[in-house]
Order: sequence, then structure tokens, then C-alpha cells
Amino acid sequence: MRLEGRVHRFGDDINTDYIISGKYKFKTLDMQELARHVMEDIDPDFAQRVRPGDFIAAGKNFGCGSSREQAPRALLAAGVRGILAKSFARIFFRNAINCGLFVVECDTDAFGTGDEVVVDLEKGEVKNLSSGVTLSIPPLPQVMIDILREGGLVSYFKKYGSFERV
Amino acid sequence: MGKTMAEKVFERKAGRPVRPGEIVVASVDWAMGQDGTTPLAIQSFEEMEGKQVFNPERVVFVIDHNAPSPLEAVSRLHDFMRSFARKFGIRIFEVGEGVCHELMMSRGLVVPGDLVVGADSHTCTYGAVGAFSTGVGSTELAVVMMTGKLWFKVPESIRLNLLGTLPQGVYAKDVILHIASILGADGATYKALEFHGPVIEALSVEERATITNMAVEVGAKAGLVPPDAKTIRWVRERTDRSFEPVVPDFDASYARVIDVDCSVLVPQVAFPHQVDNVRPVTEAEGVPIQEAFVGTCTNGRVPDLAVVASILKGRRVHPGVRLIVAPASRETFLSALEKGWVEDIVKAGGVFVPPGCGPCVGTHQGIPGDGWNVISTANRNFRGRMGNRESSIYLASPATVAASAIEGKITDPRKYLG
Repeated sequence: MRLEGRVHRFGDDINTDYIISGKYKFKTLDMQELARHVMEDIDPDFAQRVRPGDFIAAGKNFGCGSSREQAPRALLAAGVRGILAKSFARIFFRNAINCGLFVVECDTDAFGTGDEVVVDLEKGEVKNLSSGVTLSIPPLPQVMIDILREGGLVSYFKKYGSFERV
Repeated sequence: MGKTMAEKVFERKAGRPVRPGEIVVASVDWAMGQDGTTPLAIQSFEEMEGKQVFNPERVVFVIDHNAPSPLEAVSRLHDFMRSFARKFGIRIFEVGEGVCHELMMSRGLVVPGDLVVGADSHTCTYGAVGAFSTGVGSTELAVVMMTGKLWFKVPESIRLNLLGTLPQGVYAKDVILHIASILGADGATYKALEFHGPVIEALSVEERATITNMAVEVGAKAGLVPPDAKTIRWVRERTDRSFEPVVPDFDASYARVIDVDCSVLVPQVAFPHQVDNVRPVTEAEGVPIQEAFVGTCTNGRVPDLAVVASILKGRRVHPGVRLIVAPASRETFLSALEKGWVEDIVKAGGVFVPPGCGPCVGTHQGIPGDGWNVISTANRNFRGRMGNRESSIYLASPATVAASAIEGKITDPRKYLG
């Protein structure tokens, strides 16, 4: 599992209300519609700037707040493929994996807007091609790797039917 | 080595000894979803070709976040929930019955020792009755609806010893806001909080729920209060379901132990736009406000409306302030009516909206205007949370909100008490 993309830089404590506001998420299951409003309250132009395959690099506690799975789903629908952050809130972290969104815990100080990055989960490393910095990333629990490999929890569950492999 | 409450619940539900950090598959006692998360869970359930619900009696849907519906699109999603609930025989709490977390507790559903998941981050509230309860996403709720099981990482715990006694004008909300300032918004990520000490023991179950409710605001997976005689009596008044309480061992091992001297606390206020941006009310006094909100899964219960009514009785809300009150449940509303609190609040100029989440999530019933400051009893003050990124939200206790509503600016409630 290897992904390459361009970084958008955000700060600490990006909560799920910022990722997708409650005023939008309560009225539709259409993630393309939600994608038009992703990050709106913290960066109103983000939805226009983001391109398919892009990454977000953020500070600590990314995805804190509400349990809304619409947050990682709307990011994916907007084209974001992965999030690098110093730390993640736990519900968001699980939701992201369950939707097939890469989440990588690493020191993001060396990642700025416009940098090109490569994430390689097999090798357990993330490389900033623009600055040359390479960081190792902590291994995920096996169940999360398996879910990501299947592209998310829906596909995982259709294949295995339970968590008994855990 | 002894075990924490969290470890003991997982041990029971996984059916084997567990250690913190370990991944276990555990059986859950309840699965709950609300109207912001359940439609997506149903969609995932259908994508996974779910044919049955593991135990329809242990699945609960609640229409509380956007209720009554303000839009036709929302009405369609509510109907989507209703038809799924009807098909599988799932209990659904309708528009106006109240906030999901209050109903799960006050209707006697959750009992001590339960393991509960809910597609809402404030599911951590039920730690107030000694359950391990935590928020999950919609697809995980779908998997639990199908199988009754989920994988969990057994968390380490942080023990908070709440020492001393609460001074007049200082409430459970002030305690948890103070804890948020100590731990920070990510201070307990991946961990459980366990609350001990004379202050938590002296609080009612409803007041304990104010504290456990905000465990997630410091990143915690759950917030637990060891059940005592008060808990058992409270639960027994609501259900005859059998249960065996879980309490921590005296020699349990904690990631951190923090002593909090509550005797020296003053009322607390979380400033915009972070829950851990907490200062004493004395540093917030004078900030002009245009809206005041009492309600939510944090502070919409009987003790909260009681203190608001006692402060507002015979007084007037400032003409520049909209005071909005959302009781946590229909029963709360009826109690407030019976005791005359509704009259006290309405005569003072307050506006009641139906039992439910009210304006907390920014969908309806009190979206602030540009440049407005809102003082609220809710648990989140993120920019835009209440539906307008050009407004600012301050969080405080019901007493501080009521006093501020009278004066039109953030006010220390102590001068209105006693």
C-alpha cells in the first residue's frame, strides 16, 4: 500500500465540525455534495483548491470532536487520500481506516503546503520528496491493516463476515 | 496487579483476561444511533448485505439532533430510519422524546457493567452509571447491529481524584471544564478516565453525567464513575434488569493519577474556539453576549433547569439576549413544568425549544448571527459549531449562563445565589 500526493498544511486540533459542518451533514448522504463544503469553517477555499490524490498534514489531535463518519468520507470524496498528523482523535482514526482513508501518525513539522510526499505502509515510512526527509511510522494493528487492504470496513466485512480473524 | 474499571468490563465482555493495549473482540450490550449518524449506518448495513439485527431489543435509534425536522431532506432521512427500525423491530425514540444519551440512562436501558457503543461521540456519558460506553462511526454501528460485536483496543486509564467540596456557585460543569484545562483537548487520547473522590461521590447521577459526558473533549474513549449505592438505587428505580456492578481494584495500575482540589475552584468558562481554552469566570466577566443556551447531553437535566429557574425567577433576561432552553428529555420538561420552573424561565423571557439537542449542532433552533457571542451549557465551542463561523461560543455552567442572560454579558453567578 503506497500513495503519493501533494500536501495541504493545517494546524492542531482540526475537529470534525471543521472537516464537515453539522449544518450540511444532517441533510444528505451524498458525499459529493458534502465534499463541496469540506474544511469550510477553517479554510473556505479548500474545497476549490484540493485535487484528487492530495494529502493533509496537520498538527496534533486531528479529527477531534464528533463521531461523524461523514468527516473522512467527505475528505475522500473531495479527493484527499491520506492524512499525516502528529496525533489523531480515536474515533476519527478508526472511521478513516474504515472508509479506506490513509492515516499516518508522524512528526509533521517537516511537511508544508505544496510538498510532495510518498507514504509506504509496507515499508512503514513516509518520505517528503520536496525536502528529502524520511520518517518511520508506527505500525498499525493487524486488523486495521487488513481493513485498509480491503479498501474499508464494508468490503472487509463482506469478505470475512466477522472480526474473528482478530 | 489489580485492574481498572475499563479492563474489568472488557475482561467480562471478551470472556478472557485482558491487558491495556491489547486488541479484543467484545460483545456489546447496547448499540445506539442518532439521526445524524444512523442513516449512514443503515446505508452501510445494506451495502454489507445485512439480513438481520443481532438483537433488535438492544439496538436503539433516537431522532434528537435535528428534530422536529427543519427541511424536507431531513424528513426523508428520518423516515429512512423509521422504516428500517420498523422492518427489524428496533426501538426508536421519536421527535421530542429527548437527547439520546439522556434517554439511554434515564429510561433505565444502560446498567452498571454494560459495554455500550453509540454512533455519537458523547456516548461516553453512560460512565455515570458505571458502564463502559464509547462513540463509534456509522459503519461500525452497522457491523455491531449485524453481529453484536466489535473490536476494541483495551485502554489504559487515567485516575482523577476529585478532592475537597464544591464551593457555592461551582458545579459539575466547572469541574470538568477545569479538568479540560489540566489535560488539554488531547490529554487522554486512547485512554479511559476514572473519576474518584469525595466530590464525585457527593454529586447526583445526573451531575456525574455532566462530567463523564465531556470525557471525549479531552480525547478519552470513556469516562467512568465507580458505581456506589446512589448509582444502584438510581438504576433500580428505572429497571429490573439484573446486573453485576464493576468496580476497580484498589491496586489497579493507572497511566496517570491526578489529584484535583475542587475546594479552591471558581466558576469556569471555556473561551472560543477550543474546549480546553478555560479561564476563571472572573477573567470573562463583561464579555457582551447576544445568545444564551441551556440544554444538551451535558447540561439539560433536572438539576440544571432547577438552578436556571432559581436564578431567573422574578428577574428579566436582558433585552439584547435570546435565552434558549432545550430540556434533555420529555420527562425533564414535565418535571420542570410541574415544579414551576418553566413558568419562571418563560416569564423571565426565556424560549423553550423541544426536548432534544436544540441549537448545539448548528442545524436549527437558534443559529447565532454574525459577530454574536453565545454563552452555552453545551460541550463544544468550535468555530461554526452552532451554524455560523462568524459567531463565538463560550461554555459554562447553567448558573453562569443564567446569570449572564440577565446581565447581557458574562457574569459570575455567585452574586445571584444564596
